[in-house]
Amino acid sequence: MEKMDPTGKSESSEGRSDSFLAKQFSKFTEINKKYAKPQITMTPMVRIALLGLRIYLIVLVLVLVYKFYTLIRT
Amino acid sequence: MNYVSRFYYQYRRVIKALQLYLLIAGPGLIVMIADNDAGGITTYAATGAKFGYALIWFLVLLGPVAYYVQEMTVRLGAVTKHGHAEAIFAAFGPFWGWFSLLDLSLVNWLTLITEFIGMTAALSIFNIPPVITVAIVVGIMMFMVVQGRYWTWEKLAMFFCLLNLVYIPAAFMVHPSVGSILQKGIIPNFPGGITAMLIFFLMANIGTTIAPWMIFFQQSAVVDKGMGKKDIPWGKLDTLLGAVFTVVVAIFIVIVTGTVLYGMEISSAAQASTTMMGTYPLVGTLLAIGLFDAGLLGAICISLASSWAFGEVFGWAHSLNKRIREAPWFYAYYFFAIITAGLVVLIPNAPLVLITLFVQVIAVTLLPAALVFLILLLNNEEIMGEYRNTTVQNVVSIAIVIGIIALSTLYAFSVLFPELFA
Repeated sequence: MEKMDPTGKSESSEGRSDSFLAKQFSKFTEINKKYAKPQITMTPMVRIALLGLRIYLIVLVLVLVYKFYTLIRT
Repeated sequence: MNYVSRFYYQYRRVIKALQLYLLIAGPGLIVMIADNDAGGITTYAATGAKFGYALIWFLVLLGPVAYYVQEMTVRLGAVTKHGHAEAIFAAFGPFWGWFSLLDLSLVNWLTLITEFIGMTAALSIFNIPPVITVAIVVGIMMFMVVQGRYWTWEKLAMFFCLLNLVYIPAAFMVHPSVGSILQKGIIPNFPGGITAMLIFFLMANIGTTIAPWMIFFQQSAVVDKGMGKKDIPWGKLDTLLGAVFTVVVAIFIVIVTGTVLYGMEISSAAQASTTMMGTYPLVGTLLAIGLFDAGLLGAICISLASSWAFGEVFGWAHSLNKRIREAPWFYAYYFFAIITAGLVVLIPNAPLVLITLFVQVIAVTLLPAALVFLILLLNNEEIMGEYRNTTVQNVVSIAIVIGIIALSTLYAFSVLFPELFA
């Protein structure tokens, strides 16, 4: 028999959903841990390329936010 | 006798080489021909209607551009045995990995919607309602993977690639002037001078030539097919033939619309097909069939590119050689992407035009990153060994990548702020 709490939810089904969510979350943590140390050698060329990419993306996001803001204003 | 035996030896050699190529052929041809997706067909049809044959030379130049980028994915996949998503995670860490994976899934899903827009528009010409079109597409895509064999999927995909060649007979049916094509189309020229409209069309054509999903798709397909280092020359040949096919198809679409619809404002391939029905019913029909096929090929490849990427990173079984019960998450994502994209098209008054424009903008957030990672990985000796880029390859590919990034960014800006380019 499944135990029922005062709200009427079954403990075992709640436990199951908790463990499912925990399992999914732990998967993300596991992936982050697995790839935590980048394999590529950080030569000056790689550093410059990644920095350039970061700047490019930040500018692009700012432009998109500006466009969104002007659209809402009109 | 000696002559006969030598001839027979050469004949056997050619046949064996052809047999070997047919075994290896697939990823390069499929990705390149699928590059002419619903959006691509619309761009080429509009280019022909707007500028006639005048920009054919530019399409010819796009062939080597596509080849140089995609050839790198063949080497990377064959050497590392990893798909592009996994390669980014491993080489650059979780930040760039998650960025690429999530951006790819968003761009691909939005692009899938545009493929469904093309397919439903194409079949509505034959009075087939959108809901039936979506059901047909989902059915075909289910049938292609249900066997649990990469080989079956690939050969069915190649059949759809062959169907993409319908634009070639269509071009002959409209009796274009070969002299006029050669005179106006082969020598580089800018019809009407370098105007904002011309630049917009040039950028749109480049935008359809290289898409982020193509990089992820071909690398994963090379891995799933089991290609190794010794297969790289054949993989390159496959990609080269694919690049030739994609340019040939694009040129024939421009010839069709440049001959019949020159001077008209064409906003979609479906519109071109309907307009063509009045004067050349068979050509109009072929264009509609081609548009449906292009959308289907695009949908097949794009949904797989996402499924492979998620499978690689999350460690799910992610091969077309596995049956649905053996790789449930891989196929669940594949069907989830297709069905939800199809359902969006069925929503009454859905902002489909806005979605089409949005795709072009969002794709620009991923394309530079995917291309830069490709170049960096291909230059890493520890990863690539003797297969890393040579100096000549670097000069060519870096020039191409800078050009693509600059023009696709300009294109996104022209979509966001059309008044700047008016």
